[in-house]
Amino acid sequence: MGRVILNRVLGSIPVILIVTLITFGLMRAIPGDVSAALGGVSSTLAERELIRKNLGLDQPWYVQLTKWYAGLARGDLGRSIFLGKDVTQATFERLPVTVSLSIYALVLTLIFGMVSGVLAALRQNSWVDQAAMMFAMIGVSMPNFWLGLMMIVLFSVQLGWLPTGGYIPFTQDPIGWLRSATMPAISLALLQIGLLARITRSTMLEVLRQDYIRTARAKGLPNYLVVGKHALANTMIPVVTVIGIIVSLLISGAVVTESVFSIPGVGQLLTSAILNRDYPMIQGGLLFVTMLLVGINILVDVAYAWLDPRVRYEGG
Amino acid sequence: MSLLSVRNLQVLFAGEHGEFAAVDDVSFDLAPGEVLGIVGESGSGKSVTALSIMGLLPRPPARVARGSIVFEGEDLLRYGERDLRRIRGPGIGMIFQEPMTSLNPVFTIGDQLMETVRVHERAGQKRQRDRAVEMLDKVGIAGAERRLDDYPHQLSGGMRQRVMIAMALICNPRLLIADEPTTALDVTIQQQILELLLDLREEFRMAIMIITHNMGVVAETADRVIVMYAGRLVEQAPVDGLFARPAHPYTRGLLDSIPKLSDERERLKTIPGTLPNPASVPPGCRFEPRCAWRVGACAAAVPPLAAIAAGHDSACIRHRELPVQ
Amino acid sequence: MAEAVATLDPQASVAAAAPRRSPRWATLRRLLRHRSFQTGLVLFAIILVAALFAPMITPSDPTKLAMRARFKPPSWDFLFGTDNLGRSQLSRVVYGAQLSLMIGTAVVVINAVFGTLIGSLSGYFRRLDNMLMRINDAIMAFPAILLAIGVAAVLGRSMPNMILALSIVYIPRTARIVRSSVIVIRQMEYVQAAVAAGAGHWRILRRHILPNSMAPLLVQLSFLFAYAVLTEATLSFLGLGAEPPTPTWGNIMAEGRQYMREAPWIIAIPGAALAITVMALNLLGDGLRDILDPRLRIQQ
Repeated sequence: MGRVILNRVLGSIPVILIVTLITFGLMRAIPGDVSAALGGVSSTLAERELIRKNLGLDQPWYVQLTKWYAGLARGDLGRSIFLGKDVTQATFERLPVTVSLSIYALVLTLIFGMVSGVLAALRQNSWVDQAAMMFAMIGVSMPNFWLGLMMIVLFSVQLGWLPTGGYIPFTQDPIGWLRSATMPAISLALLQIGLLARITRSTMLEVLRQDYIRTARAKGLPNYLVVGKHALANTMIPVVTVIGIIVSLLISGAVVTESVFSIPGVGQLLTSAILNRDYPMIQGGLLFVTMLLVGINILVDVAYAWLDPRVRYEGG
Repeated sequence: MSLLSVRNLQVLFAGEHGEFAAVDDVSFDLAPGEVLGIVGESGSGKSVTALSIMGLLPRPPARVARGSIVFEGEDLLRYGERDLRRIRGPGIGMIFQEPMTSLNPVFTIGDQLMETVRVHERAGQKRQRDRAVEMLDKVGIAGAERRLDDYPHQLSGGMRQRVMIAMALICNPRLLIADEPTTALDVTIQQQILELLLDLREEFRMAIMIITHNMGVVAETADRVIVMYAGRLVEQAPVDGLFARPAHPYTRGLLDSIPKLSDERERLKTIPGTLPNPASVPPGCRFEPRCAWRVGACAAAVPPLAAIAAGHDSACIRHRELPVQ
Repeated sequence: MAEAVATLDPQASVAAAAPRRSPRWATLRRLLRHRSFQTGLVLFAIILVAALFAPMITPSDPTKLAMRARFKPPSWDFLFGTDNLGRSQLSRVVYGAQLSLMIGTAVVVINAVFGTLIGSLSGYFRRLDNMLMRINDAIMAFPAILLAIGVAAVLGRSMPNMILALSIVYIPRTARIVRSSVIVIRQMEYVQAAVAAGAGHWRILRRHILPNSMAPLLVQLSFLFAYAVLTEATLSFLGLGAEPPTPTWGNIMAEGRQYMREAPWIIAIPGAALAITVMALNLLGDGLRDILDPRLRIQQ
């Protein structure tokens, strides 16, 4: 088990190195004169020179690269031009909002995705199965920002049940949080619910065909144990591996959803950085989120190793 | 009185071109403590028969269309799922061909043994554990106490089959169905498992139904044998009678295909042809297309099972004409 | 979703599918009988025909303003209504379809070429594998939409840049799928036999390996088309796509947001068109996977 974790962490080092290199390269890929783009058409040469100097773009690339890694080692992802703050600081300020929204969406995903997938598999080819799979197909096909907008039109504008946007922290007002976060979480979760339902269903069908399920029935176990214990435990293993993917999709989706619902999270930080051409913010934010995901994926792999005794007991 | 009595069993499977009979008009009895061998090629309907007894047929595509399966005076085919569950385990235990995949990989063998006791008996944690250890001990697993916490992947194939046997017997069933219990194992291990089964039969005083395609296994273990071909019972006899005077060309074919140590130079005989397509079986004797003794009458009507000696039945209309071997 | 496809394990399926090459017509017939495939084909055909014959079916130029006909709800005169500038929504949505499908096609073609190239090099020449796959892993570590946002933001708004950004994001995922099938096929006996017979690397790749790794690739490409269309619309909605007045589904919705109260059809219709297109492609992908690659069902 310890070796699994160690291998996984060591194995991610080259990936992290290349990820940081790609993000570094991103800034240098900006076509034309960055300072002109940032300073605007009317900026003077002196102003542009200053911008270049502030971004360190006046130095040779190897100096820039050394500084980039030196900064990363200190946890310095650069400085936002528009906000005038460190990227790390700005991101950490917004992080709780995105995390709470993502967790809400993840909980919805796990509950609805797994339950509908399991039910569909248990009633294969019945109307339950067909309805669940049609719903899942709609889920994986519907653009989440559009779903968000349509929900706003219906529930906020027409019916007036929920606020059109904004965010209330959970710690401040749990009910308000629920009112402000429910529509975003649903629109964020729908894709993942569809995805998880489809994966759970096919995994479950595969597991139900296995010999050990027949053994469990031959022992006279009641159905709830055969399905709820023997089948479910084996279904969970592959399903856990997709949680990393689901979290990645949630974070991608949060960028758009936060913009739709005017939620001040990391996603909105990045979208406004795009509009303001705040390149260091885009670069740093992208790296921050990706590193977060790399970490989450390591955790998922460890969970997977722990769940599957064949891996857990490998080499003690 | 027989322990198990199967009468006119017919099991239909839904296929692409309508239903076909995987088991057709099969009847046989099994006495308490008896070892019955069921032989036939894969696809002959022997496993389907076993799964029908357990009520474990995959439904759909399978369904029992006709017949009765009376176990200790009760027709299992009339039982609902709840009653069947009471039979599986304490009444009839079953082990399968693939010990590698028949145990759940994510639970310890102790857990899988103990849960069987738990669902059938009121027994505390301690007693469940003791029973599990006792059973592992009986099937010849050394250090049973420590083995409880092992996962299936930590055991060899032979060990896993032992665990399967322990699990099938932990509630003292009167009948054990062993579906190709040694096919997937190494030759040396096969022998050990068969001996173990026979020892346990003595100890538990249970009947065993051993399903195999291997005549050698039958010769070693069975008291009585049923030969199945393409879903039908073609011959049944006490094991000595069957080997001494096989009364069906198919049985002869099976016996001829056993390698003999005595005459090494003789080529191994095989039965020409293959099992008929289940969707379009021959109207008469199902073995007729492959049979060296066939005559016109064979294809005309299904030959009935007729007694040729005490306890010896054959479904061949020319059984009297078969040369004595 | 894109990430899900990247984790596919086509090994088993390739192993199962490679030796038997069913006649093409039989496969096509089975595809045409597959219910999801049928539905997807019909939906996709409708969108495709609309996009191809855009000038013929649209009532007016999508950029033509008509200030007297602003905010007209859908009616017989304006089938999909008009927007804040009185432009025909029908025209805008149909031309948006054209753009979406063009971008999707371009990304699929680029992926087919480069994904196959990188994937087969990596799977066949094991010395290249380590390096190529580390880079692949690194690109795949980024959340797809975020990386596309980063690249598109840096490159600037234009259609070629959008295609480039989407290709950078998705090529590693395609390459990975091709690579896994190449690795499996490489080990198979008939390939080993060809190697033993002294066939050259290129000949083996071209004659034996690539033709047999097409099934998982084809399945991947149809899902990829769906993600490309969806991601393009998303980026365009965030203001990273083609500049207005060029209509894209994403920017129509972005513009329509502020009139959500009085004219919800401005966002409802292009979004529905987008959802239908993505669903059509997903259904086609499901059908292809079921028929060409039955063992892949485990994954989305």
